[in-house]
Amino acid sequence: MHMAAKGKVVGIISNLVVVEATDAVAQNEICFIKVDDEQLMAEVIKVIGKSVYVQVFESTRGMKIGNDVEFAGHMLEVTLGPGILSKNYDGLQNDLDKMEGVFLKRGDYTFPLDHDKEWDFKPLAKPGDTVQAGSWLGEVDENFQPHKIMVPFVFEGTYTVKSVTEAGKYKIADTMAILVNSKGEEIPVTMMQKWPVKKAITAYKEKPRPFKLLETGVRTIDTINPIVEGGTGFIPGPFGTGKTVLQHAISKQAEADIVVIAACGERANEVVEIFTEFPELVDPHTGRKLTERTTIIANTSNMPVAAREASVYTAMTISEYYRSMGLRVLMMADSTSRWAQALREMSNRLEELPGPDAFPMDLPAIISNFYARAGYVYLNNGKPGSITFIGTVSPAGGNLKEPVTESTKKAARCFYALQQSRADGKRYPAINPIESYSKYLEYPEFEEYIAERINDQWLGKINEMKTLLQRGLEVSEQINILGDDGVSVDYHVRFWKSEVIDFVILQQDAFDSIDAVTSLERQEYMVNKVMDLCHMEYTFDSFAEVGPYFKRVINLLRQMNYSEFKSEKFYNYEKELKETLTEVTV
Amino acid sequence: MATKAFQKIFTKITQITKATVSLQADGVGYGELATIQGQLAQVVKIIGDEVTLQVFGGTEGIPTNAEVIFLGGAPTLKVSDQLAGRFFNAFGKPIDGGPEIDGTVVEIGGPSVNPVRRKQPSELIATGIAGIDLNNTLVSGQKIPFFADPDQPFNQVMANVALRAKADKIILGGMGLTNDDYLYFKQVFDNAGALDRIISFVNTTENPPVERLLVPDMALTAAEYFAVEKNESVLVLLTDMTLYADALSIVSNRMDQIPSKDSMPGSLYSDLAKIYEKAVQLPDGGSITIIAVTTLSGGDITHAIPDNTGYITEGQLFLRSDSDVGKVIVDPFRSLSRLKQLVIGKKTRKDHPQVMNAAVRLYADAANARTKMENGFDLSDYDERSLAFAKDYSSDILAIDVNIGTEEMLDQTWKLLGKHFKKEEVGIREEFVKEYWTEQE
Ligand SMILES: Nc1ncnc2c1ncn2[C@@H]1O[C@H](COP(=O)(O)OP(=O)(O)O)[C@@H](O)[C@H]1O
Ligand SMILES: [Mg+2]
Repeated sequence: MHMAAKGKVVGIISNLVVVEATDAVAQNEICFIKVDDEQLMAEVIKVIGKSVYVQVFESTRGMKIGNDVEFAGHMLEVTLGPGILSKNYDGLQNDLDKMEGVFLKRGDYTFPLDHDKEWDFKPLAKPGDTVQAGSWLGEVDENFQPHKIMVPFVFEGTYTVKSVTEAGKYKIADTMAILVNSKGEEIPVTMMQKWPVKKAITAYKEKPRPFKLLETGVRTIDTINPIVEGGTGFIPGPFGTGKTVLQHAISKQAEADIVVIAACGERANEVVEIFTEFPELVDPHTGRKLTERTTIIANTSNMPVAAREASVYTAMTISEYYRSMGLRVLMMADSTSRWAQALREMSNRLEELPGPDAFPMDLPAIISNFYARAGYVYLNNGKPGSITFIGTVSPAGGNLKEPVTESTKKAARCFYALQQSRADGKRYPAINPIESYSKYLEYPEFEEYIAERINDQWLGKINEMKTLLQRGLEVSEQINILGDDGVSVDYHVRFWKSEVIDFVILQQDAFDSIDAVTSLERQEYMVNKVMDLCHMEYTFDSFAEVGPYFKRVINLLRQMNYSEFKSEKFYNYEKELKETLTEVTV
Repeated sequence: MATKAFQKIFTKITQITKATVSLQADGVGYGELATIQGQLAQVVKIIGDEVTLQVFGGTEGIPTNAEVIFLGGAPTLKVSDQLAGRFFNAFGKPIDGGPEIDGTVVEIGGPSVNPVRRKQPSELIATGIAGIDLNNTLVSGQKIPFFADPDQPFNQVMANVALRAKADKIILGGMGLTNDDYLYFKQVFDNAGALDRIISFVNTTENPPVERLLVPDMALTAAEYFAVEKNESVLVLLTDMTLYADALSIVSNRMDQIPSKDSMPGSLYSDLAKIYEKAVQLPDGGSITIIAVTTLSGGDITHAIPDNTGYITEGQLFLRSDSDVGKVIVDPFRSLSRLKQLVIGKKTRKDHPQVMNAAVRLYADAANARTKMENGFDLSDYDERSLAFAKDYSSDILAIDVNIGTEEMLDQTWKLLGKHFKKEEVGIREEFVKEYWTEQE
C-alpha cells in the first residue's frame, strides 16, 4: 500500500477518534491507538486535511489527547486458510476460544488459525500449469471437506507452477507451491492468505442466475417460496416473530457444505445456543456433526459497535473463500439492521447529512453491494460454487416502511415477511404466505430444474395452493363482515380448506424433532395429500358442522406431521384420515 | 472516589448548557469523572484542549469560574460482602445511615463476558404466577422486562417474583422511583426477612434525572461481584427503564445529537443492550438474571423504548387489566419468554409445551368470538364455549394473584380444557390426551 504513517490523538467523541497523521493514510486503513499498555484497533473512515477520523473497535475509556497512533499500512483484512471451520470468531476474526478469562479484554487480538496443526495435503496442480488467483494448487481435508489451497486472491495476472509440495502433512505457514510470474520471479505460496473484507473476491469466470433449489427442510420456504443455491433472501419481522428461530432452523437443516453465521448485534445467549447445540446435532444430509461445517462470527449487541459492521464483511469474505473451493456456502446474518444502526451511530457522530430516519444517505447502496457478493458462480476451472445469503431485518416498531427493510427489499430476491398476528396466534413459522415471495419461481431455469427434481406439475400445484390461501383470506374477511350465517356453507368450506393448508403445510414446530425438518419427498407427499383433500366436494347441512369437521381433519394431518415419515403410526393416522374423509365427501 | 494524588484542577469554563459544561483542560481521559463545585460529572467529548462534561445533577447555578476537579478515572463502586443489606444512591454512597463500604474499587460498566465462556441457561425460576411459569417460564441468566402501563402494579408483581425466586442476592436498581415505591420495596423485603440478601441502588424522583444513568451499571457491577467472585445466583431488578431511557435522551438532545425515532438517541439499542446483556449464566455456577420494568404509554409497544427493549431482551411480560374478570393478567398474546424452550417439558412435565400452546390458541379463538359478538353476530356453540373457557382461564391461570406449583398449573389447565372442549378440538398430541384428559360436565 504505502509507508505506514504514525499519528497522535487530537479528539475523542465516544468511539470516533480524530487523529493527526504524520504521513499519507488510506481510507479504511487500520491503525492502532495506544492507551496505557493496550493497543486499540481502529479503521479510517474519513479524512479532512490533516485530520483523520477513525472508528475504534473498542471502548475508548481512558484515551487521552496525544496518545500515539500507528497505522498498519493495510485495510481491515481476514486470514484465510484451513482451520476456519468450527471456529468461533468475533467480528474482527479474533479466535474467541483463544482468549483467556471469562471477560473480553480490550485490545486482546488472537490469531484466527492454528500454527501448529498439521493438515493432510494432496497436490492438485502440476509443474508447468498456468494458474491465476483462485486456482487450486492442492487440497487438505478440513472436517471432511476438500479444502482447496489456492493461488492467493491478491495475485494479479497469470503464473506458471514451478513446483507443488508432495503429498504429506504440513502446517499452514509451510510453502506448498512455488509459482513463477511473468518476470521470471519465484513466489512461494503457503496455505494461508489475507484479503481485505470490504472487497469482493471475484476469482470466478461467470455468475449466472441461480436455479438449483436449496432444500431447507422448512415447508413454507421449500414448498411455497423456495430459495436457491446462490440465492438471496431476507426475513423482516417485529421482535419475537421468529426471525432467529427460522434462521437457526435453516442453518441446521439446509443442504449446504459450509454454513457461516454472523451473529450481528443480537443476543449472546442465542449464540450460546448454537455453541451448545451444534456439536451435538447432526447434519441431516451427511450425518456429521453440525459444528464441522459451521463457522460463527459472534459480534453480539454488547460487543463493540464498530466491529458489528466488520462482522458481516468478515463473514462474507470467509463465505467467498469457501465458494472459491467449489463448495455450497450458506451465510446467515442476524440482524442486518444492527449493522445499519452501527453505520447510523457513526454517521451521526461524523455529523453527516442524515438520510431517512437518520440513517446514512448511502445505506441503500451499501446494502445492495453487500447482497451482490452472494451468488452462484462458475469458477475459472468451470466448477460451480455458491453463496446463499439470508439476512434478518429488525424494523423499528415492526413497520416495514423503514429504510433498512426498503433497501433490502430492492437487493434480496426472496422476501419472508414475518407477521405479528401469526406469531401472536402461535402460527409458526409466522411467514405471511401471501405477501412473501420468491422471485426464483419466475425463473425458467428454476422451473426446468424443479420439474426434473420433483415433477412438472409441481409449480402449478403450488400456485393453486397459494390461490386457495388467498381465497380463504377473502372469505374470512367476508365472514367477519357478514357473520357466519351471512355467507354460504361453501364459503365456510373454502375457508377451512385454507386453514388445512395453513395448519399442515405452513405451520411447522421448530422444536419438535420430527416436525422441524421435512424432506422434499415428504413435503411432496403432504402437499399431494392436502391438495387431494382440497379438490374433494363436501356436503354439510349447516355451516356449524364445517369447522368441527375440518378440525378433526387437521388434527389427523398434524399427527402425521409429528410421526416418523412412513412409519406405522404415520400410516395409521393416514388410514383414519381416509375414513374421516368418506363421511362427508361425495 | 479516587485519592488526591490523581486530581487535576481547572477553572477555564468555556460553555454551559443544561446538562453539559465545556472547559479547557489537558491530560484528561475519555469517560473520566470530575466534580464541578461538588457536583459529579463525566467526560463525554474531548476536542484538542476542549473537554465536555455531562453533569449528572444538572448545571443550574454553575458559574463560569467554577472549579473543575478531575478524579483520574471512570465511575467506580467498592465491592465486597459488606454491600449486602445496604441501600445506596446512584453514586454508590450509602443512604441508609450506615457506614461506608470497605472493598475493592471496580470501574462500573466493565467489559462483556466472552460469548464462548457463557453457559446455556437451564435453571427454571419458579414464581408461582401461572401467567409466567406456565406460559412464559423464566430461566436464570435471562433478561426480561415487564411491559406495563404506569397505573399497573408492576413493582408489586416484581417484588413478589423476586422474593419467590430462589436467588442468593436480589439487587434493586431504582430509577425515578417515587419515594412511596422506594419505601414499599424496603418494607416488603423487610417483612419477608430478606433484607440481608438485598442490595439497592436508588434514584428517586427527588434526585436529578441524569443521575439515573449510573444506576443500572452500579447494580450490575455489584451483581457481577457476587455472581463472578462468589458464584452466587443474583437477581437484578431494574425499574423503570423507561425513565432511564428518558434520561439518555435528555443528555443526547442537549449535546445536539441528531435524534432518531421518538426523540431517542440513535444509539439507544446499543445503550440498552450493554445493560441487559450483563445477564449471564457463568461457567462456575454464578448467574445474573435481570427482571426489568418498561412502562408504556397507552400500551404502545411500537414506541422506541419498548421496541428497542423487545429486540434486546429475552421476551417480555405484558401486564393488562382484564375487565371481564376484574383482574390484572399476564397477557398471553404479547408476552413471551424466549428461554422457556430450554426448560419446559424438560425440567417440567412433558405435556407442558403442548398444553401451554393449546390453551393460548383456544384463548385466541375466544378473542375472535368476542369480536364477532361485538359486531353483533350470532355466536356458535363453539364460540360460546371458548368465551366461557377464556373467562376461567383468565381468572384461574393468567391472573397475577395466582400462586401455585407448575404441576398444579398443568392439571388446572387440563381441567379447563376438559370442561369446555372436546378432545379433538384442543389439537394436542394423542399420547398426552390419553394420559391427562379429564372429561367433565
Ligand atoms: N417455528 C417455530 N416453532 C415454535 N416456536 C417458535 C417458532 N418460531 C418462533 N417461535 C417462538 O417465538 C419466539 C421468538 O422467536 P425468535 O426467533 O427469537 O424471534 P425474533 O428473532 O424475531 O425476535 C421463540 O422463542 C419461540 O418461542
Ligand atoms: Mg432474533
